[in-house]
Amino acid sequence: MAVKPDGGRPVTPASGSGLADLAVEGVPRPLPRPDGPASEFYGWTAQGELRFQRCGDCRRWRHLPRPLCPYCQSPNWAWEPSSGRGEVYTWTTTYRSLHPAFTQVPYAQVIVELEEGVRMLSWVPDVDPDDLRVGMPVTVDFLTVDGVALPVFLAGAG
Amino acid sequence: MRDLTAIAGIGESDYCRKPGSGMSVLELLLVATRRAVADAGISATEIDGIITPPAWATAEAFAAALGLHLRYVAQPTGGGASSVGALQYAASAICTGLASCVLVPVGWNGYSGFRVRNFEDAPNMPAAGHVVDYYVPYGSVAPPQWYSMIATRYDHDYGLPAEALGTVAVNTRAFAQLNDRALMRGRPLTMEEYLASPWISRPYRLLDCCLETDAAAAVIVMSTERARQLGHPVVSVSGIAEGHPLPADDLVNRPDLLHVGLSDAAPRAYEMAGLGPEDADFAQIYDCFTFEVIHQLEDAGFCGRGEAPGFVLDGHTGPGGRLPVNTHGGLLSQAHAMGLNHVVEAVRQLRHEAGASQVDGAEIGVVTGWGDFGDGSLTVLRRL
Repeated sequence: MAVKPDGGRPVTPASGSGLADLAVEGVPRPLPRPDGPASEFYGWTAQGELRFQRCGDCRRWRHLPRPLCPYCQSPNWAWEPSSGRGEVYTWTTTYRSLHPAFTQVPYAQVIVELEEGVRMLSWVPDVDPDDLRVGMPVTVDFLTVDGVALPVFLAGAG
Repeated sequence: MRDLTAIAGIGESDYCRKPGSGMSVLELLLVATRRAVADAGISATEIDGIITPPAWATAEAFAAALGLHLRYVAQPTGGGASSVGALQYAASAICTGLASCVLVPVGWNGYSGFRVRNFEDAPNMPAAGHVVDYYVPYGSVAPPQWYSMIATRYDHDYGLPAEALGTVAVNTRAFAQLNDRALMRGRPLTMEEYLASPWISRPYRLLDCCLETDAAAAVIVMSTERARQLGHPVVSVSGIAEGHPLPADDLVNRPDLLHVGLSDAAPRAYEMAGLGPEDADFAQIYDCFTFEVIHQLEDAGFCGRGEAPGFVLDGHTGPGGRLPVNTHGGLLSQAHAMGLNHVVEAVRQLRHEAGASQVDGAEIGVVTGWGDFGDGSLTVLRRL
């Protein structure tokens, strides 16, 4: 089943990715807090962009968003676009549902390391969990869930 | 602070699962507290300091229930690492004269009340907001899912045979058979049964995961001088330290996922004690998951990075081994009192009152702490 994100590029989940059925009857999908500290990050993903904070002084990238640069303590920063390219750093494959909105098991949660040196927890929906490999190259795409564009990473793209 | 303070009183609730403790968390904590007071042989009103548990009970509630005039109150934020980390607060308060008798109570209704899979409801967790915004939307909701990602990477970098994790589970369960306070006593475990247990979040199986229990423990810390006046062999706090990974509130963006709070706390605690891991007669290691025993054996200096699976497979950490680990059955097979039960067991071992699992001639013990997402602590305890 192909799911079209706002970016217009369809994402076809692999079987076993847990994404084949995004909706569980009567169970709201847990989402990032819309007005919380993550709102700017997801504001960019809503526009089809993966952006991270980048220090205006030492130029290092960081994630999660922070008010200062943890490397040089500068308060100067901007949201800069990531290349969207990265590789699989590690993962886990959940076989037992631990949340009522995530009942399609097994599904893998994957830590992806981006070229900029930051990491994200995400999905690689076009790869079966048993086929994941450390170092597998992936590229970002976006999967819209109840109006929120979640970054996901595809092995077959880019 | 080396050997200037001692753990002079220990107490535990009656650990249980079904049908639940039947009491509030505060009441459960007070059961353990009253037993610790009785064990110390003091009047409760001697307590003038409290290091509060991570959540669910306040110093005010303790003071009102026990009739205490408190002059020192502190609340650690290291989650499960606070059980050991609290000893740092207690010892420094006593050494500086800010308090003379400090209560450390820790517990929860972890079976009948709060369950860690509902982590976004976790009280007082600095990481809870990040979990909601960046992990839970991807169905990453609970500790077995987070720490198993470290294990996957470890397996890639060093190799992690399932039998190594299984040996941790089997050995811990073996110790539980020797402990009449262990919930899994009477339920021995074989490697075959371990390997057949179902995946929770791979590579974690059901039998890699700690128990969910209603459990509370309490210890009482005082000066070594005061402890000598009481009835038990004196068990001193020889070394103690806390540590925090950076960032502490996000597991994903650490350059080395294996570098956690314990990595930094361990050398500081050993230095304070003037001892090393080679001096330990046993280790009580915060065993939220079997892999975390592997990880912490290395971080606490018992073996080098990548060597713990072999160390465990060689039989060193089971009953009769040269470094018995979790002689009470741990969080995996005794009960989950957030690791304060590990401190209680260490004191029993050093008093030579541990019964069937007694490590002969135990003089020095190590206890580690672990909190989400990797806050750590280590104490070196010594029989004086």
